[in-house]
Amino acid sequence: MPKRTDIHRILLIGSGPIVIGQGCEFDYSGTQACRALKEEGYEVILINSNPATIMTDPELADRTYIEPITCEVVERILDRDRPDALLPTMGGQTALNLTVQLSQQGILEKYGVQTIGASYDAIQKAEDREQFKEAMQRIGIHVPLSGSIRSREEAVQLLDTIGFPAIVRPSFTLGGAGGNIAYNREEYEEFVEWALVTSPVGQVLIEQSLIGWKEYELEVMRDLNDNVVIVCPIENFDAMGIHTGDSITVAPCMTLTDKEYQRMRNAAVRIIREIGVDTGGSNIQFAVNPKNGDQIVIEMNPRVSRSSALASKATGFPIAKIAAKLAVGYTLDEITNDITKVTKASFEPTIDYVVVKIPRFTFEKFEGSDPTLTTHMKSVGEVMALGATFKEALQKAIRSLETDRFGLCSLYGLDGLYQRDETDQEVMQEIREVLQVPTADRMWQVADGFRVGLSCDEIHAITHIDPWFLAEIRQLIAFEHQLSVSRDAMTSERYQQAKQLGFSDERLAQLLKVSPETIQSFVSHSGSTSLTYKRVDTCAAEFEAHTPYLYSSYGKSCEARATEQKKVIILGGGPNRIGQGIEFDYCCVHAAMALQEEGVETIMVNCNPETVSTDYDISDRLYFEPLTFEDVTHILNIEKPFGIIVQFGGQTPLKLSWSLAKIDAPILGTSPDAIDRAEDRKRFNALIKELGLRQPESGMAHSPEEAHHIAESVQYPVMARPSYVLGGRAMQILYDEDSLARYLHTHALALVKHPLLIDHYLDGAIEVDVDAISDGRHVVVAGIMEHVEVAGIHSGDSACSLPPYSLKSSIIDIITSQTIALAKALNVIGLMNIQFAVQGNDVFVLEVNPRASRTVPFVSKTIGVPLAKLATKVMLGKTLEELGFLKAPTLSHMSVKEAVFPFIKLGALDILLGPEMRSTGEVMGIDGDFGWAFAKAQTAAGNALPKSGIVLLSVKDQDKLATVDIAKRLCHLGFTLHATRGTASFLLQHDIEVEPVNKIKEGRPHIVDVIKNGHICLVVNTVGSASSQDDSTPIRREALYQGIPYFTTIPAAKAAVLGIEAMRKGKLRVRPLQEYQAALKGN
Amino acid sequence: MEKALLALADGTVFEGTALGYRGETSGEVVFNTAMTGYQEILTDPSYKGQIVVMTSSHIGNYGISSKDCESSGPWVEGFIVREASSTASNWRSDESFVNYMVRHKIVGIEGIDVRALTRHLRDHGSQPGVISHVNVDAEKLVEQARQLPTIVGRDLVSKVTCAKPYQWTEGTGEWPTEISSDQSNDGKGPTDRCKVVVFDFGVKLNILRRLVDVGCDVDVVPASTSAEVVKSLEPDGVLLSNGPGDPEAVPFAVHAVQNLIGWRPIFGICLGHQILGLALGMRSHKLKFGHHGANHPVIDLRSGKVEITSQNHNFSIGPPDLGKSGDDDLHVFQSQWGRVHMSHRSLNDGCCEGLVGLDVPIMSTQYHPEASPGPHDSAYMFRQFLNLLGNTHA
Repeated sequence: MPKRTDIHRILLIGSGPIVIGQGCEFDYSGTQACRALKEEGYEVILINSNPATIMTDPELADRTYIEPITCEVVERILDRDRPDALLPTMGGQTALNLTVQLSQQGILEKYGVQTIGASYDAIQKAEDREQFKEAMQRIGIHVPLSGSIRSREEAVQLLDTIGFPAIVRPSFTLGGAGGNIAYNREEYEEFVEWALVTSPVGQVLIEQSLIGWKEYELEVMRDLNDNVVIVCPIENFDAMGIHTGDSITVAPCMTLTDKEYQRMRNAAVRIIREIGVDTGGSNIQFAVNPKNGDQIVIEMNPRVSRSSALASKATGFPIAKIAAKLAVGYTLDEITNDITKVTKASFEPTIDYVVVKIPRFTFEKFEGSDPTLTTHMKSVGEVMALGATFKEALQKAIRSLETDRFGLCSLYGLDGLYQRDETDQEVMQEIREVLQVPTADRMWQVADGFRVGLSCDEIHAITHIDPWFLAEIRQLIAFEHQLSVSRDAMTSERYQQAKQLGFSDERLAQLLKVSPETIQSFVSHSGSTSLTYKRVDTCAAEFEAHTPYLYSSYGKSCEARATEQKKVIILGGGPNRIGQGIEFDYCCVHAAMALQEEGVETIMVNCNPETVSTDYDISDRLYFEPLTFEDVTHILNIEKPFGIIVQFGGQTPLKLSWSLAKIDAPILGTSPDAIDRAEDRKRFNALIKELGLRQPESGMAHSPEEAHHIAESVQYPVMARPSYVLGGRAMQILYDEDSLARYLHTHALALVKHPLLIDHYLDGAIEVDVDAISDGRHVVVAGIMEHVEVAGIHSGDSACSLPPYSLKSSIIDIITSQTIALAKALNVIGLMNIQFAVQGNDVFVLEVNPRASRTVPFVSKTIGVPLAKLATKVMLGKTLEELGFLKAPTLSHMSVKEAVFPFIKLGALDILLGPEMRSTGEVMGIDGDFGWAFAKAQTAAGNALPKSGIVLLSVKDQDKLATVDIAKRLCHLGFTLHATRGTASFLLQHDIEVEPVNKIKEGRPHIVDVIKNGHICLVVNTVGSASSQDDSTPIRREALYQGIPYFTTIPAAKAAVLGIEAMRKGKLRVRPLQEYQAALKGN
Repeated sequence: MEKALLALADGTVFEGTALGYRGETSGEVVFNTAMTGYQEILTDPSYKGQIVVMTSSHIGNYGISSKDCESSGPWVEGFIVREASSTASNWRSDESFVNYMVRHKIVGIEGIDVRALTRHLRDHGSQPGVISHVNVDAEKLVEQARQLPTIVGRDLVSKVTCAKPYQWTEGTGEWPTEISSDQSNDGKGPTDRCKVVVFDFGVKLNILRRLVDVGCDVDVVPASTSAEVVKSLEPDGVLLSNGPGDPEAVPFAVHAVQNLIGWRPIFGICLGHQILGLALGMRSHKLKFGHHGANHPVIDLRSGKVEITSQNHNFSIGPPDLGKSGDDDLHVFQSQWGRVHMSHRSLNDGCCEGLVGLDVPIMSTQYHPEASPGPHDSAYMFRQFLNLLGNTHA
């Protein structure tokens, strides 16, 4: 069928900020959808509050609304732009949920908008547990025993039919948030309570636990002609009980016979037809009982998902792009397979390699969070690797994680052992015990299990991991053992064998107890290895692949076919983690676009399947490879590029720059030496002195004694941070000697490896982030962002405003000139980010990063200038003058960036912000004034400001005076004030009407009771010392779980008041980015 | 690990390690891209005379189940895999894959870059080859491979067909091959059974099971059975089974079929489809590397619907101009029994994948509606055949 001509204008809903369970895979899908729809001549209207995405680039859609994803906003857009259709399947659960709301409120009907891809009914049928269950029963497909409840009483009754273990899962959430497995009555009641709160509709599903069953996922496509294909079957390495987003997953299926697989395929086809997803991709999860093959369907997502992104990257079949085309009426057989160019999209990819995905976790950043893997998702990113065999792919995936593990290294110092006879009973017992509880370390624990002599059967009995996977790991451990015992006998044959099994040189060096250089010199002496690059072609080589989407494998023939063109390699950012996310992928994608504009061949290297950068049509060549020195060097050797870009992918490529420089890799832009000069504290201090700038007093401590000494001399409070860290890892503000001693004790181990930096902490200072671009001659300050939170709170976690909302112009001038001076001194070619602190009239330099920063997309979108693209061209030798960018435009609007946190998902103990970054994503609010921009950012971050109600205040002594103004203005706005005793009496002294509330220790009803009872609409809570932090933790937790907006610093509370004032004064207005940018050009 | 070599007739040699029964073997080397179903492939008689390269990385993971055989035992001449699993992980498995290979004396090779080999076969065509564990002199093996006959013009059917007629009564049982759960017959009721004679050119058991499923009494007869003998069995219809090799090498079968067209409805599958085509007056030709896999898209030219099919053939049939154009007229072939319509076409390379008689009750398909291994999208064909029997009789 040809495409539809009755619709012209299509609204696409994005997924909003990156949160656990909804990551940058929806930038991949949204971007593909935008491009596909534009290609077909449709006008695309996009809403997404996340500025760090490629999809919100003004070129991708016709109108891009970076606005909060709410019914109110969408209604304004519908009213303004009158789209014909809404495509709800590309923006994750956020878009689906919003579409449901829009339908239920009659808004879609009111504006005559039809949904394409999946109808309201189909979404409801798939998402509503009861409806889904009934639908499955109609077509004879088994589902787990279950029931849905809306109260504790109902939950208890249901227990009789379901029994333990039972899964408790809230309805309509993403990433399985709040899903837990209860083994006893007490746990059960606790989880039910939590789930009732977490579900946006107060509905909870209680379900028979299928713990120990094998878990599978099928990615299914359907077109309007009812053709259905399965894009990719995926098997989970981890059995049921661990959320699939947190499981190691493998494609294709490894342990299903054809009979079993076809039964599953048939079920999938029937399900997509029964649910009535008209077109596009859906994801269906199955559980299979390993004892008798019983098959149960777990759930279906009537939309593209994280797994769709994975399946797309795993097979080369661009699910989102094709889903978008199907949504506008094409059938699968009308769409050409881009890779083969001769075959059609209506087929099922077959693969002749193995794909392994491993999730990436960051529990260490959240004190008190529970690292047990369960049915709700906790990982923040993932890596994917391709190899000829499972073993090769697995080991490549492990080193892609960037967790300093280059293989299945022992966690117990047992490297090289295998089923040893004189087993240490204690270690064996310990391994048995740790295996009982699934964590991110489980695969390594399994490996250690084999080292101490546990059998496959025993490990299977404990972990339920399929014996086939276990046998594969056992083979690797046996090989490691062979290698270790015959240490001297490294032969090329053995090396070859090791490489085919996926071993990295780094890991071989560990096993042979030699340096990696020794291994490399052995390799260069023994002659060429059989390293080859293979193409991902969707068809197992049956047809020729025209797309250079490559992965390495040790084999016989290389398909890289490197060209002789001028080419540049871009090193990507690897797995998403806190501190390094989608922003860096945005920059890499822009670099690729800029290179193409300059006629340079682009080569992307990355291992993150969720990203836009790993779409094969973003660059000329894509290497889906780990970002380790060894893997990158191999690519350099085969491609021999003109240049290599390391400054866009965040810390990952930057860490490699020094070793790459050593082998004379042609690094473009700012030199590795300049990068080192900015990173190395000693050299940096010298630079600051040389330029006559100021920075907080500091010192580098190599021992605890030295640390105490330095802290005394720079004066408390101090900020402590290990050198070479990402996202402020292990950084802390310490107010006194005791807390420093505690800190040193906790981080003793880190101190051995890297010295500790101790700064004087600038209490109460305003932090400022600056992004600048330099071509070596001109430096342009692109954006000066004033943080809303005080200095000391990680810049990634702080809300910020562009342009500054309170800084004096004299300060801005100082910051501008210092930025220029630093850029020139470091001879920056490309992007640079500087963090300043402003205390009164004094400006301090906190940090200089001569690379793309997290705020590049935010600044680019605000000022209407694609900074990463310009920087790329500058690196190729163009001047800023040639590029026509010598001054940033004067802004007539305000943009506010706000961070989004995973506290609920990780069950973190506290939510106070600090120098260690903990946010997973960000949103942007744009409007004519700061108040509205801030209010929009808060709404977009899920922290919508109230217009009326009761505000609860509880602030530390130093903040009491500043609170007076806030309180007065809130009163003036008609809010009622409650405050804890100290705060209340201070405010009463200033003639402010306020009702005192008990602190927790002061007896009931206390502050938490008040919040629990649902009377509070806003919480302002600031704390100083560690002990008062502990006291007030329950307040913040309660606010968090009740979904009440809360602010933990005075400046943020002030900003909130400005926001509320703006909301009260004027009406919500929406405006696309293109209009803001056109206005700037008019200036 | 014992060294083993694969030598191809064009002089290409791959080194790997010995798999399965120790020895030497030869055959036409073809690749199969299915990701599941190695056991069904091993036991498919259509692979007689061939050495099969599995492109999927891991083979043997779920072992061997005695219930999943497509015939009495394996027929492949040799098996080439990237990595053979020593672990058999599946509740239905009663033997490991490697054991099975040894027990049935199948010589194999593993540890070779099957992607490189597949690309070679794709570019240079399938060709004879030798796997050897005993003789690792590459030059000699290449020479040996050069001396091998190709499969063109070889009668392989006689080697795999049954010795004497038999009746088949088992259905697919707990593993039905229908996507829809609704399996009611639109033609005859279950009590009104049909009798079908199946020409065994190397029949896969799932064809017989599927016939039983839809309500047929099944008589299997040897490939060389004459039309007269078939007629004497008084069936309601005739099924021409799949089988190995070149359809032009079995003129006796073509002859028999010519005497059955128009007498009773005929359903041809794979080689049976080709034999029917030849009987109708079409030509066959050898494909460069054939179709062997479980992901082949085929469009039903009548409905525009696409089926994902299981395929295994080295030859294809059609008159020179059939199917080359999108023009509907060209999809009709004029035979001496009336018009025959090309009902199905490959979306990959456009070759003819199905025929249906417009004036005579015949239908045929180049691929495998019985699946096993592969998707069940085409399972409806057995019921279509049943309808054809019913309609003709009524």
